[in-house]
Amino acid sequence: MGTDPHLTWNLARDVSEVLEYHFMVNALLAGSVVAVMAGLLGWLMVLRRETFAGHTLSMMAFPGAAGAALIGVAATWGYFVFCVAGGLVIGRFSGGRGRSWSEQSAVIGSVQALALGLGFLFVSLYGGVLGDLDNLLFGTFIGISNGQVLVLVGVAVVAVTALAALGRPLLFASIDADVASARGVPVRALGIVFLVLLGLAVAATSQITGVLLVFALLLMPAASAQAITARPWMSLALTVAIGLVVVWLGLGIAYFSAYPAGFFVTSISFAIYVGVQVTVWARSRARMGIQTSEQPPAEGVIA
Amino acid sequence: MFSQEFMRNALLAGTFIALACGVSGWFVVLRGQVFAGDALSHVAFPGALAAAAAGVDERVGLFGATIAVGAGIGLLRQRSFAGGRGTAGGAPAGDTAIGAVFTFVLGLGVFFLTLFSTSSGGGSGIQTAHTLFGSIFGLGSSEARLAAVIGLGAVLLTLAIARPLLFASVSPDVAGARGVPTRLLGIAFIALLGVVAAEATQAVGALLLLGLLAAPAAAAHRLVSNPYAGIALGGLLAVVAMWGGLMLSYAVPGLPPSTATVTIAVGMYYASTIVV
Repeated sequence: MGTDPHLTWNLARDVSEVLEYHFMVNALLAGSVVAVMAGLLGWLMVLRRETFAGHTLSMMAFPGAAGAALIGVAATWGYFVFCVAGGLVIGRFSGGRGRSWSEQSAVIGSVQALALGLGFLFVSLYGGVLGDLDNLLFGTFIGISNGQVLVLVGVAVVAVTALAALGRPLLFASIDADVASARGVPVRALGIVFLVLLGLAVAATSQITGVLLVFALLLMPAASAQAITARPWMSLALTVAIGLVVVWLGLGIAYFSAYPAGFFVTSISFAIYVGVQVTVWARSRARMGIQTSEQPPAEGVIA
Repeated sequence: MFSQEFMRNALLAGTFIALACGVSGWFVVLRGQVFAGDALSHVAFPGALAAAAAGVDERVGLFGATIAVGAGIGLLRQRSFAGGRGTAGGAPAGDTAIGAVFTFVLGLGVFFLTLFSTSSGGGSGIQTAHTLFGSIFGLGSSEARLAAVIGLGAVLLTLAIARPLLFASVSPDVAGARGVPTRLLGIAFIALLGVVAAEATQAVGALLLLGLLAAPAAAAHRLVSNPYAGIALGGLLAVVAMWGGLMLSYAVPGLPPSTATVTIAVGMYYASTIVV
């Protein structure tokens, strides 16, 4: 084996073939870590309706990579530094009283434009061509080193621990900011901390899916799970489960195919998302048609 | 400076694209649709790649993708608003759907990229794709004139629907009861935004689109409350930012025009938050 991988009808053999390669084992490990981390933070991102902020954080990878090339360090450091800094800036300037939602989204867009402008400036000052642009944008799973897996595990442990410590007040602040604030929960500070953690998750996810496709693991599993059930713990667990399935299937298919993993990961995730949305919509339609149920349409409290 | 042809072309295209961004941006900010505008600029790229892979003119894919996704976002928005406005901070629930859709379209873009680079025999697809997306200093005179015409057309169309669109944006329920076709207007506006996004992305780059859509209009919203004065101010600030950016980057070597323009635009918004 080895030259040209192809699927056989023997699933067990195919799986064992995939697992024989060290790079595939590393890719699956890294992908699993990222799926769990992105699932947990993405679940809160969807709940808090901070999709645009999440997308803007993913764009921070461009000035991050360009800045890292300019000062001659590894691109990964640039990712993490800019994503975390981006979380701080968005949290600082978009929140607060007196700013309507529409103005907040304008602020987030401005932060993104400014960051991308900074990236273009870095590229211009650097003078060269950014290497691995394809990988930066669309991700790669070939050649993830043991060291990179360890870094991802470290980042995930930090982020998930922080999330566990802040979980209850953060959930309270996310569901009803006004009541939480009246009860003395530091809503604003929690929002900034959350965006910083989200920045970490985005930077980690982009190592696998590429910058442009982070939502395949960050957004779609969480949006699907929240549409299925309104119970927080249930949908959180479901988010992580969907993320893991998406990563394993996506990487597995990509191994046997000529097309990049990002395409498969995104397509599988989107198929689940669309399937869930259509099912929920059809069921609520059916229920309204019969008009026997006294329950409101099946849109959960938090969905 | 004006004796250089590339500079004249940049000023011509830049002025009208900035005007279109500033004017439509006022409504984009009012309706909280900056993310939608951003998403439209992202789907321009897979659209052009799909057309290239299929062997048709890139512009067909470019405008086709942005207008189709724009109309799709418009429809999704109607559905998500029908169930009541979103929760935290009043953010519309449609943002989640926008994120899912444009990520999927970008995923398709990766697919087309691979298809394109293998079928055209060598040469990185992304390099080819880059030639589709110009820089403002690289415009030819006919491209600049086309950009100016499309920009002007978008401004006129926005102004033509400004009155009912304003009514529908500020008070959708009342407008609907008074017989204003709010659904149709919402879809028409975002399809129009798709045209602006497609033209701006391929002529001057997606970055300028985002910067000029959000920041000048947000500053205008802060500074004046009269809608028509706000629309005019949004357009004016965007054009000033564009002119300032072009001149600054002409004077300072190594400073990209998009960086300079966006920095000035965001600076304007920041100044407006201090003033008001």
